[in-house]
Amino acid sequence: MKTLEDAIKDQESRILTMVYLTRKAEFSASHYYHSPEFSPEENRRVFGKCNNPNGHGHNYTLEVTVKGEVDPRSGFVVDLKQLKEIMHREVLDAMDHRFLNKEVPEFATKIPTTENIAIAVWLRLQPKLQRAQLHRVRVYETPDLFVDFYGEE
Amino acid sequence: MKAHLTRRYLFSASHRLHSAEMSAEENLATYGKCNNPHGHGHNYGLEVTVSGPVDVTTGMVCNLVDLDECVEREVLARYHLENLNTRKEFVVTVPTTENLCIEIFEILERAFRKAHLERVRLEETMMNSFEYTGNNGALR
Repeated sequence: MKTLEDAIKDQESRILTMVYLTRKAEFSASHYYHSPEFSPEENRRVFGKCNNPNGHGHNYTLEVTVKGEVDPRSGFVVDLKQLKEIMHREVLDAMDHRFLNKEVPEFATKIPTTENIAIAVWLRLQPKLQRAQLHRVRVYETPDLFVDFYGEE
Repeated sequence: MKAHLTRRYLFSASHRLHSAEMSAEENLATYGKCNNPHGHGHNYGLEVTVSGPVDVTTGMVCNLVDLDECVEREVLARYHLENLNTRKEFVVTVPTTENLCIEIFEILERAFRKAHLERVRLEETMMNSFEYTGNNGALR
C-alpha cells in the first residue's frame, strides 16, 4: 500500500514535469484589410487607413508556446532546434517579406488581421509538433498590440 | 474561432498611499516613500485584453477604433495627468496599483460591450505590474 509520502511524491512529480516553453521569432510583411462582402464605402469606414489596396507593413513578433512533460533523459520539453526549424519552415519562409494578401494562401479568402494571422500560424504549426503540445500562439503587430490564440473554437 | 486581443496604452498620474484607518506611524511603516504627503507620480502602462469569436467578415475580435475610443474616454481622460487621490473612487480606497487595476477593469466591463473583457494588466513601473480578471476570472 502507498504511504502518504509516496502519494505526495507522485503528485509532485506529475505537477513539476509539465513545463511551458516559448520561442520568439520576427517577420516583416505587408497587408491590407478589405472584405469583398462590403461596399468600397463600408470597407473604408470599417478598416480606415488599413484599407489602402497598396498595403502597408509591420515588423511582427511571433511567440510560440508549447507545453509538455520534461523528458527525463534530455531534460527538454521539446528540442528547441527542431521547434525553430518548424517555425522557420512553416511560418517564416511563407510570411517573412511577403505581401500576405497576395502570397499566403490562407489570406486569399481571409483578411490578414492579426487575429487571422495567429489562427493561421496555429493551424500551420499544430500538425507538425509531435512530443510537445501547442499551447498558445501570440502575434504582436506592434509593441502595443498583440493577439493570443489558444486553439479554441 | 476565439482569439484574445491585447492593446497597450500609457498614462501618467500621481498618487499618495495613505490609509485613514492607520496611524501616521503605521502608514509610514506600511507605505514607506509612497506615503510622502505631497504624492509622487508614475507612467503607467495599461494592457487591456478582450476576447471573442473572430468575425468571419472583418477578421476581427472587435474594431480597435472602438476599443481605443472607449479606453480613451473612460480611462485615459479620467486618469491621465491627474492626481488619483482627488478622484471620488479613491477618497476612501487607497489608490494602490492593485485598486487602480480593479477600478479600471470594472469601468471597462461596464463601458465596453463589443467584446468580452478578459483581463486588465497595469504596470506601475518597469519592475512591477498587476493583473485583474474580474471576480470569476482565473489567470492563464
